Amino acid sequence: MTIATIDTLATEIVRGRGGGPAPTRTIVAYGFWIFILSDIVMFSALFAAYAVLSGNTAGGPTARNLFNLHNVFIETACLLFSSYTCGLGMLSAERRQPARFLLFAAFTFALGAAFLTVEISEFAGMVRAGAGPARSAFLSSFFTLVGMHGAHVTTGLLWLAYTVAQVLVKGLRPVVLRRLACFSLFWHALDIVWIGVLTLVYLMGAR
Amino acid sequence: MDGYERVFDDRSPGVEQQESTANFLTYTVGLGLAIAATIGSFIVSQTDLLWPPGVPVGLIVLAFAQIGVHLVFFLHLGSGPDNTNNILALAFGVLIVFLVITGSCWIIANLNDNMMPMPMR
Repeated sequence: MTIATIDTLATEIVRGRGGGPAPTRTIVAYGFWIFILSDIVMFSALFAAYAVLSGNTAGGPTARNLFNLHNVFIETACLLFSSYTCGLGMLSAERRQPARFLLFAAFTFALGAAFLTVEISEFAGMVRAGAGPARSAFLSSFFTLVGMHGAHVTTGLLWLAYTVAQVLVKGLRPVVLRRLACFSLFWHALDIVWIGVLTLVYLMGAR
Repeated sequence: MDGYERVFDDRSPGVEQQESTANFLTYTVGLGLAIAATIGSFIVSQTDLLWPPGVPVGLIVLAFAQIGVHLVFFLHLGSGPDNTNNILALAFGVLIVFLVITGSCWIIANLNDNMMPMPMR
């Protein structure tokens, strides 16, 4: 190996990938990854608020007598399976199989919508029972944290519908695939946040 | 694609670069592990399988395990050199999350300890 070869090799190692910029797709997904991490940092503040305030029930209902783990289990299953179908949908899109992609996207949407339905009926039941966000610091922080996650899921559903419309109109072009990849990252990240909600709020609270 | 180009190729999170039949399998294995962790945490929280004071620790361990499963099998974050940027960003995010949550709990617990006793209503 001559000095020149070693020099070229070193330059290429420094640049990362044999010279030249990374593909657009890598850059887009990396940027979106940074956004997702910042979103998770935002969630961590809400988690911290809940952890600090969860004992301050002001004589009102506590976590133990409010939460129905049966519903929570259904919500968890919905989100987990929608994450799975989202991944499979992304796979079909990358393999340019529009029909399978649309099928999996429909599953993802239906499971996400089922999650939201259960969550909204749970919230409505709590408010009817006099355990609304104004009742105690515990309930304020509960509705803020879980409601923020629900708002993200709602946004995700709108975004999914918008992306599917793009696939229908424009087809599985690279630019549409990049947007799909961002959506799929977002959806998987929501499932990861839900693991935190499930553990900290529901499973630890219901004991 | 020669060997070392692949090694130094950047990889984006959530994207499986080499397409193969293993992809479907990856998601399915991930789903199976995630279901096991979820059911495990429900069992731990609802039964006395674990020593009761240790239950929160058990739940946290299961939650971290499941987050790891999601990161590896759904978001395809590996330990290869092509993933360095993504892992580095993740590590920074985890640091901030840790600081915010433990910092808040620590400070507020300290404030509660030093609070003057208040008359109860």
